[in-house]
Amino acid sequence: MSNFPWLTVTGAVPLVGALAIALVPGRSAAADEAGQRARDRLAKQIALVFSLITLALSLVMAVEFKPGGPRFQFAQTYQWIPQFGVHYAVGVDGIALVLIVMTTILMPVVLLASWNDAEGLAGPAGETPPRRSVKTYFILMMVLETMMIGVFGATDVFLFYVFFEAMLIPMYFMIGSYGVGKRQYAAVKFLLYSLLGGLLMLVAVIALYVYSASGNRPGTFLFLPLTHLALSATVQKWLFLGFFIAFAIKAPLWPFHTWLPDAATAAQPGAAVLLVGVLDKVGTFGMLRYCLELFPAGAHYFTPVILVLAVAGILYAAIVAIGQKDMKRLIAYTSVSHFGLIILGVFAMTSQGQVGATLYMVNHGFATGALFLIAGFLIVRRRSSQIADFGGVQKVAPVLAGLFLISGLAGLALPGLSTFVSEFLVLIGTFTRYEVAAIFATLGIILAAIYILWMYQRTMTGPVRDEVAAMPDLRARELWAVGPLIALIIVLGVYPRPVINIINPAVHQTLVHVRSTDPVPPHPASALKNGSNP
Amino acid sequence: MTGSLAATLVRPAMALTTLPAVGAQHAAWLLLAFPAFGAIVLLLGGKRTNAWGHLLGVAMALGAFVVGVLAFVQMLGYPASQRSRDLHLYSWIPVAHFQVSIGLLLDPLSICFVLLITGVGSLIHIYAIGYMSHDPERRRFFGYLNLFITAMLLLVLSDNYVGLYAGWEGVGLASYLLIGFWQYKPSAAVAAKKAFIANRVGDVGLSLAIMAMFATFGSVSFTGVFGAVGGASHGVTTAIGLLLLLGATGKSAQLPLQSWLLDAMEGPTPVSALIHAATMVTAGVYLIVRSAPIFNLAPDARLAVAIVGAVTLLFGAIIGCAKDDIKKALAGSTMSQIGYMMLAAGLGPIGYALAIAHLLAHGFFKAGLFLGAGSIKHSMNDEVDMRRFGGLATVMKITFVTFGFAYLAIIGIPPFSGFFTKDPIIDAAYSRGGVSGALLGTAALLGAGITAFYMTRIMLMTFTGKRRWEDAAHPHEVGPVMTSPMIILAIGSLGAGGFLMISNRLINFLAPVVGTPPLSHGFFTPLSFLSLALVVVGGALAWAMYGRREVPVTAPHGNPITVAARKDLYGDAFNESVLMRPGQWLARLSVFFDNRGVDGLVNTLAATLGGTSGRMRKVQTGFVRSYALSMLVGAVLLIGALLLVRL
Amino acid sequence: MSPAHYIALAVILFVIGGVGVLVRRNALVVFMCVELMLNAVNLAFIAFARMHGALDGQVIAFFVMVVAAAEVVVGLAILTSIFRTRRSASVDDANLLKY
Repeated sequence: MSNFPWLTVTGAVPLVGALAIALVPGRSAAADEAGQRARDRLAKQIALVFSLITLALSLVMAVEFKPGGPRFQFAQTYQWIPQFGVHYAVGVDGIALVLIVMTTILMPVVLLASWNDAEGLAGPAGETPPRRSVKTYFILMMVLETMMIGVFGATDVFLFYVFFEAMLIPMYFMIGSYGVGKRQYAAVKFLLYSLLGGLLMLVAVIALYVYSASGNRPGTFLFLPLTHLALSATVQKWLFLGFFIAFAIKAPLWPFHTWLPDAATAAQPGAAVLLVGVLDKVGTFGMLRYCLELFPAGAHYFTPVILVLAVAGILYAAIVAIGQKDMKRLIAYTSVSHFGLIILGVFAMTSQGQVGATLYMVNHGFATGALFLIAGFLIVRRRSSQIADFGGVQKVAPVLAGLFLISGLAGLALPGLSTFVSEFLVLIGTFTRYEVAAIFATLGIILAAIYILWMYQRTMTGPVRDEVAAMPDLRARELWAVGPLIALIIVLGVYPRPVINIINPAVHQTLVHVRSTDPVPPHPASALKNGSNP
Repeated sequence: MTGSLAATLVRPAMALTTLPAVGAQHAAWLLLAFPAFGAIVLLLGGKRTNAWGHLLGVAMALGAFVVGVLAFVQMLGYPASQRSRDLHLYSWIPVAHFQVSIGLLLDPLSICFVLLITGVGSLIHIYAIGYMSHDPERRRFFGYLNLFITAMLLLVLSDNYVGLYAGWEGVGLASYLLIGFWQYKPSAAVAAKKAFIANRVGDVGLSLAIMAMFATFGSVSFTGVFGAVGGASHGVTTAIGLLLLLGATGKSAQLPLQSWLLDAMEGPTPVSALIHAATMVTAGVYLIVRSAPIFNLAPDARLAVAIVGAVTLLFGAIIGCAKDDIKKALAGSTMSQIGYMMLAAGLGPIGYALAIAHLLAHGFFKAGLFLGAGSIKHSMNDEVDMRRFGGLATVMKITFVTFGFAYLAIIGIPPFSGFFTKDPIIDAAYSRGGVSGALLGTAALLGAGITAFYMTRIMLMTFTGKRRWEDAAHPHEVGPVMTSPMIILAIGSLGAGGFLMISNRLINFLAPVVGTPPLSHGFFTPLSFLSLALVVVGGALAWAMYGRREVPVTAPHGNPITVAARKDLYGDAFNESVLMRPGQWLARLSVFFDNRGVDGLVNTLAATLGGTSGRMRKVQTGFVRSYALSMLVGAVLLIGALLLVRL
Repeated sequence: MSPAHYIALAVILFVIGGVGVLVRRNALVVFMCVELMLNAVNLAFIAFARMHGALDGQVIAFFVMVVAAAEVVVGLAILTSIFRTRRSASVDDANLLKY
């Protein structure tokens, strides 16, 4: 059992699923609508089954993971391009594992929610939707899942880079071909912006290899040996910048965020969930894993600037979110704000900050994912994504409104829901070292309340508009899609300990590598005699 | 007066050590479990639970009350120094040194609140069965009420600040859901949002205080923080105290975060009675009294608390004088009475127990007042404008009597409650000494007079005089489901104050936790006679204006103070002009900046590239001869470079 | 013997041919100028071969002549095909392969 290549299999299963879907006949010359719908349904079912298998595999990994054991578990290393020291090396530590599990949980949810997205909607004036290949959409999603698992699981920098760039391709097609609105503009902007960052990172990756090949040692791309490389401070700063800008564009960090609102608005809700919920996490994961550990001196040098940008992003994006008229665009901006918090937690370099940031990555995927999906359900019903076109939905669709409220409350980090634990950890972790940054970041909770409640008030409350009066409530498929997310939001809010226990050792290791310790309180409380919490 | 100096200098003995909970108190988690169970079943069960939902809600509240009483009885059996018991439930957030658990602290202070919340809460639950009997969403209402009880109990029972914060925000959520219960009304939805956001501003203060505690002491539990606070610098303790005060002002509707309370009257009246009178708004007072060890070491923060209390006391009272909506007038009164409690809490150890005493008594009489207003509204076709009431005493006798008991309690006529709880606060304010003591005491004294004025106004306009009803109104007394809680609360209005304060019963009970010294003199002092005189003057003035003369049905214009008071003393106008409009303007500007500025940079870069490419491709002219020329020039350059290198 | 005179002649011929390619508009004249350039190069090769007493230059001259012949064949074929469709032999008129 211990030698079974869990990670590789988990990463390969979606790819096999994509192949299986590709074998389903597509749109043939004979315009056989009923047969085509049956074939499309088969393609969707295959996708769902494979994503559930992947989920099961990743859950097995999560259970088998030993928090107190070696840092990278389920590891495999094979030679790939020996001339360049490139290996196919995979392995997960606590941080990567929780992100992979989040990905595999989100995938079937997104598939269920995007069941009808590829067929397209009739336009507001009743125009027929464009004819697109339905099974290609699901093939793209399956390929994307493999890429995402690969990105988190890679322990070879070159392999990481390959997956990092490759995962842009399926997403580009999902936005550009199957999106709405200014989809081609948004897709090209997303692709070019990310590629620009990737280019800078490529330079840094190659430079890293060159530095590792100095002396008599052969150059290598493996992660752990690279962390032991002794680079001068100047070199570290430049290489840090090369990696960091790529991740800052991905994350996104203000001011590199402007591709996200356009991309999230143009994409279908399911694709937007994957974009914001997983792809962007690659950015912050990269910061935590690669920027900090490979270049600690560079990280320490740039921390003040990054903290300022992160806090600016939190407040700025929240204010801009308040002024939005489009639901999906508003949620995209709230994501930018939350990512500012995650980056703040990463660079505060305290245990609470980094555990909070990692936990936030997971919780944000579920919370913003639920919000996007429910917004998607609303948009499908009303054929419009403008907030002003809704009103009084709570009266006709109370379940929909209730779940919308819960996801919104998760967005503003209400205690009892998962996002509170992570947000509070980030803020308290930042406060112990950088009080001013934490104070400004905490002001963000007021802004979060404003944008969430205002959106809820304008769409759900008030008198029922005529166009809303016939709106159906949540159907079974939609409930199965969003229900698990809501349940996770609540359960992880009340009992986050299992996840925190997996993350704790990995963060501890990271901080040791970065040579940073938690600040000591000046007047520590004495330990209690009766053994309650200190 | 000399006792005051000693009282502020002596460090009171705090029960910093807690013992584990045993026996019946071991089941104290049921206090949270019962109402939580009710909320989950009612909210998830949906329409299926409509038939019996309200009964489940009441049962859960009563169940929690029974558990609370059992815990209280067991606590009385312990000696005074062993009454603080801790029940650890589970570890919530364990990250390195930041270890937060969910645990319950059963000590005299928290048990007082538990009894108040579950006792008055159960009565209001029963009342709501009748009040909401015509509402098809009654089941959801009880679900939200149970949710509120759960959160409020978590707030007062938690043994660390983060758990308290969880309950703190939880009651904010319940308040939001309940104020906006009738969601189809835009005014209710707006009021709910306003309440939540005003609370959030205060929550920033509480969050920062908790963070500062962790950064300074490495702990967020009560025992940890209170044990280490002695070593912290004066600046840090004052900062923590002020941040806690900010949190309290948000939750308790004190200045400057008071504007949401009057709008919160959009919610159904049982909500106003339970949340915005008896319990949630008193959470701020609980926070300050619970954090007594911190405030004891930060006299500047304490003074700030007292000043906020005193100013709000007058602010709320003046607003209450001009409101014609009976619920809004009572809301102004609540703001004012909580000002009294904050003033008492800000006076330090001499005032903590007095604040709690007034809080408990206020729970009875204010809830009674609101329930009475609710029964009037229920029987008058949802009319709340007092100018349309009048002469109801003969038609709604039980309401009149219970309302009257509560009225006598709030203005402080002996032997009703308010006399025993309000006058000691005024006395303690004066005994503080110095200019501040004199000012605070005078403010409290004046407040008593104004309280008498506006309460008498309400009584006269509502129950006496000519009947100014609308034609369709047929007021009648409400059913026993609604009158029984009112009667019980009226008994509380009569006896609670005396019961708590005579022979220092409550003060002694709370002494291990807050350290308030027993009252040095009796209740009938020259100061109390002075305040009674002011009460009589205020009442007489109200009678002169509203009892003797006829009450006009349409509100007359009134003097500038009345106009200002009708507009909530321009609190809303201030918020709008200073916060809301600039905020909206800032949001629009930011959207523009993001779309044109930041995104503009990106698009400009792309456009530059595109433009350059567009220009550069004009080199491809299509003319063979120009290509030949460039080939020639290139060859010449190349040969020249080679020659140069070789040389 | 000094190859200087021959080289000078070759350079002059080359420059005349080069200028002719750049300046003349008629495609046939351009071809002829290209031939002129090639012949100038041939002359230079022969002169150096004679100077060094080796045969390399003369062999290369043969190669150049063969290449020139092949190039003329292809070029004239393209020119006649263009002339047939466009009725113009000016190089400036064949400018459709542009931005």
